[in-house]
Amino acid sequence: MTDRPAGPAPSPVLRVQHLRVAYPIRSSVMLRRVGEIVAVSDVTFDVGPGETVGLVGESGSGKSTIARAVIGLVAATAGSIEFEGRDITRYGPQQLKAVRRDMQMVFQDPYASLNPRLTVRDQIAECWRVHRGQLPRAHWTDEAKQLMERVGLNPDYSDRYPHQFSGGQRQRICIARALALRPKLIICDEAVSALDVSVQAQVLNLLADLQDEFGLSYLFISHDLSVIEHLSDRVLVLNKGEVVEEGAVRQIFADPRDAYTRALLAAVPVVRPWLESPT
Amino acid sequence: MTTAARAGAAARTMRRARRARRGVRLRIVIPLIIVALYVVGAILVPILYHFDPLHTELLYRLKPPGTTVADGKTAIFGTDQVGQDMFAQMMMGARVSLTVGALTLLFAGVFGVLVGLLSGHFGGWIDMALMRIADIQLAFPSILLAILLASVLGQGLTNIIIVLSIASWVVFARVTRSQVLALKNREYVDAARTLGAGHLHLMFRTQLPGCLAPILVVATVEFGHVILAEAALSFLGVGVPLGVPSLGSSIQAGTAYLTTAWWISTLPGIALAILVLATGILGDALRDRFDPRLRSA
Repeated sequence: MTDRPAGPAPSPVLRVQHLRVAYPIRSSVMLRRVGEIVAVSDVTFDVGPGETVGLVGESGSGKSTIARAVIGLVAATAGSIEFEGRDITRYGPQQLKAVRRDMQMVFQDPYASLNPRLTVRDQIAECWRVHRGQLPRAHWTDEAKQLMERVGLNPDYSDRYPHQFSGGQRQRICIARALALRPKLIICDEAVSALDVSVQAQVLNLLADLQDEFGLSYLFISHDLSVIEHLSDRVLVLNKGEVVEEGAVRQIFADPRDAYTRALLAAVPVVRPWLESPT
Repeated sequence: MTTAARAGAAARTMRRARRARRGVRLRIVIPLIIVALYVVGAILVPILYHFDPLHTELLYRLKPPGTTVADGKTAIFGTDQVGQDMFAQMMMGARVSLTVGALTLLFAGVFGVLVGLLSGHFGGWIDMALMRIADIQLAFPSILLAILLASVLGQGLTNIIIVLSIASWVVFARVTRSQVLALKNREYVDAARTLGAGHLHLMFRTQLPGCLAPILVVATVEFGHVILAEAALSFLGVGVPLGVPSLGSSIQAGTAYLTTAWWISTLPGIALAILVLATGILGDALRDRFDPRLRSA
């Protein structure tokens, strides 16, 4: 999206090195560990400030696990995740809480990721309730309304509940919530996959605008190559928990070197196949 | 199928749906009115009648329903073996039953919900330990426990409430736990977690609100159970102390006169049955209303 000079960013916001995540298989008796499923076997990448890194791959390729490991929902089995130079895989709950202020997540399903019993205002204000001292209570309503306006929602609806909004509007609420703490990195885990194509485009444009405005970095996860192409600066192609190809968007889309990447690109449905040049 | 027939079928379906909805509403409203009548009666009647449980009126003992007694009042439900007005006595008993029921629900509910939240939220060995305690509790007959406690602590309203709370917290714990387990992996809980929310926030602000509807349903059904259990304990003589009227002790007192004065046992029994039935129906209706998934449970 943004045309920055080529070359590595000065110091990455997020640096993931040799990340490995394995889910233990426990026996039902005494919860003994009897084996493991390796979701991510060895993944290394950086996300620079203001940069968008896309992760693509089919279902089960480990994309979501990487996101959940970075945000701390699952523990890394090996490797390191550095946020602004500090390895957060060894952090305790208190230190993690501080890091989480700078790192937020937008989930896939806007129908499931909002608490059905909180109004939009309370949903957004939850961030400030959790991180005491970020914003005095008296400003919560105003600030929440401002955020709603920023993501394209009518601030008069701040007292409504999630079920009164459409899918696209809900995803905007999720984005407003992710923005509330002014994070540096937002992880979008299939953030637009559940939306209609037209709404997808609107939300993607919103994300791009917000990136310019707040200098955000995105780790953007999707199985949809056109979405990745639209937003990302660099792409990592994942297959079975490993990075099979990495590079700038244009380069990967024009000249995929790995067989899996080619297969993935070939699987993208084409609107007017007769206009495609034969390959 | 012709258009008319299809329209007719559609109209029938709609009518049926509307009737079902009205059925649920009636099943909520009618038991609520009955319970409300009991509450109002339990508060007002003993005051209006100047009911004194230790007062006796031997001239007018064992009078059938409808008799005019000493002070010119009509004892619509008759009098008991010491000449007390049965209606006033029953309402005083209902007062005790309702108080015991409400307080027991409060204690058992708070404790059970807390255990359920802890168990469901943390899982692992905490869950295992707490649920095994619950199992042990369930395996132990509450009447036995009540007799034991009554003999150790002595009789008294507080002790009944303790006993019944011990007997009924498990239901709350289980329902809360299963609900938390269902909610725990929802994305909005994960979302709160990624905000940096701590365990307390996750348990009480994120998960508890989602558990309230089933807890309310269970509380309504349990209310009837607790009242019935209190009556059973009082009937057995390990419930309320002597001199405190309760539906259970009135039924017990009447058993000696069943052949000559049937009303002493029967009327409190019917009153108890109606109250328990009303809360049971109310609980079922609320469950259909709030949580149709639980219907078969």
